[in-house]
Amino acid sequence: MGMTLTEKILAAHSGVDRIRPGDLVEARVDFCFANDITAPLAFREFEKIGVADVFDRERVALVPDHYAPNKDIASAEQCKVMREFARRYELPYYYEIGRAGIAHVLLAEEGLVLPGEVFVGADSHTCNHGALGAFSTGIGSSDLAAAMATGQLWFRVPETLRFILHGKPAPWVTGKDLVLQIIGEIGVDGARYCAMEFAGEALGHLTMDERFSIANMAVEAGGKNGIMEPDQTVLDWVTPRAKRPFKPVFADRDAEYASVREYDSSQLEPVVSAPSSPGNVVPVREAAGVLIDQCFIGTCTNGRLEDLRVAARLLHGRKVHPRTRLLVIPATPAIYRAALAEGLIEIFMNAGAVVSASTCGPCIGGHMGVLASGEVCVSTSSRNFVGRMGHRESKVYLAGPAVAAASAVLGRLAHPDEIGA
Amino acid sequence: MIFHGTAWKLGDHIDTDVIIPARYLVTSDPAALAPHCFEDLDPTLASKIAPGDIIVAGENFGQGSSREHAPIAIKGLGIACIVARSYARIFFRNAFNIGLPLLECPDLHAVTESGDRLVVDNVSGGIRNETRGTEYTAAPLPEFMRRLVDAGGIIPYVRQKIHGEGAGPSPVR
Repeated sequence: MGMTLTEKILAAHSGVDRIRPGDLVEARVDFCFANDITAPLAFREFEKIGVADVFDRERVALVPDHYAPNKDIASAEQCKVMREFARRYELPYYYEIGRAGIAHVLLAEEGLVLPGEVFVGADSHTCNHGALGAFSTGIGSSDLAAAMATGQLWFRVPETLRFILHGKPAPWVTGKDLVLQIIGEIGVDGARYCAMEFAGEALGHLTMDERFSIANMAVEAGGKNGIMEPDQTVLDWVTPRAKRPFKPVFADRDAEYASVREYDSSQLEPVVSAPSSPGNVVPVREAAGVLIDQCFIGTCTNGRLEDLRVAARLLHGRKVHPRTRLLVIPATPAIYRAALAEGLIEIFMNAGAVVSASTCGPCIGGHMGVLASGEVCVSTSSRNFVGRMGHRESKVYLAGPAVAAASAVLGRLAHPDEIGA
Repeated sequence: MIFHGTAWKLGDHIDTDVIIPARYLVTSDPAALAPHCFEDLDPTLASKIAPGDIIVAGENFGQGSSREHAPIAIKGLGIACIVARSYARIFFRNAFNIGLPLLECPDLHAVTESGDRLVVDNVSGGIRNETRGTEYTAAPLPEFMRRLVDAGGIIPYVRQKIHGEGAGPSPVR
């Protein structure tokens, strides 16, 4: 039997011809990064190792995105630690605010993660980059310190679960709806320790931005990584950005999968994850009527240009309902600029939205849109755990950008068809 | 190591946001994080947990974020070890890396209630619920992870790899 995409990438990075699920390998890491929450802890562990330098200055990025621009004195201190470390070790890929955005979106946009590579980050949504055909996974700060020092990390080779998405997605069904549908069916531990490989005709109908939303949420099913074979859309997107040469990797035709699930995306409909688990998925029509205090469009899951375009189509010429408030956060400065140039920001502001600088802020209940007790938010983010966006008695419904925008207009959960484009 | 402690029973899918909410991630000091541990699950829980106590949890303990602050907060409370039916993968790695012992046992959770007296042997995997009079054996660690644990976690393991056995402190740039 042949190897899956994940197995082939890990084998090539471990210096062996073939590996099987369950094997433990020490793999070469092509690139790694940390954010302002995970980096200070990683630095402390890194300095205990006792090496004079990181393994390769060109292969380490530091991105202040969670509590940047600094939300308070304590977070300012964490950002300061990161800035000082970058100076001391002369790291070229430290991103100061103004150039920084949400790391997962930024680092792909910057061409620092490439097909066929092994990428690790001290942030669970690092699985995002599987959309480019990379093995990409989230780790903690100590593991990151080890990777920064040695350029290597150990992995248990995961079983691969294959998800084949047939057909052309139904109107208003976005990449987010597809991945929520899958998580709803297999549960928040349905892919625990496993690779989730997405395939099928439906992917060909999705933009890169929508594909990132799918890979980004693999961790919400417990997955180690989400991954897709790099097709022409990927190569067209990545080639002009790539900061290094790369070689795409493809699965063997006789690869062995632990399971295969198939979906007809033309028959699906927009969904939401009801509080307080990403796995609590229902069609939005069944939840329509839930009154909404806040709508949030942004994050590493859905703060990309295509997400803003979908939202703007629904918000154009309309107003945010007086009952609710709308926050829009473009994930990176480049996306912000493109949205300005396309007139999207004006559409949002005319509708009554507040548009903020790039930050993870509200997704983690950190700053820029924290929820009060009893408040309900529809959010394009990835997690709706108890207290995730604020008070422990607040509630979060996860949705794609179309549902979030329609809900902002009607002040309640709504199917985009209720207002039309 | 053998731990004698009182059980605190938690459910399935305990996520890292309830273990330590992100609003407290402006420090990685265990003493500062510990009082807020499990705050959004039960605001009184941290104050009731005593050093040496043992968490008994269901499936997928530690799902969600990569924050190493989660096992650090739990260790900061003085929890001796966790026995769960299963763990989320990033939490599993992080806990070993910071020296919080985890055991995987499918059967202990169903029979245990908070307040039960437990004896857990972290090396042999033997688990006894003294209150109920029942015994279990935890799933053994993979051999490579056992080597990591023996080394004292990923950082000492990497130090040994780079500097050799018994390497003294190295200058920090």
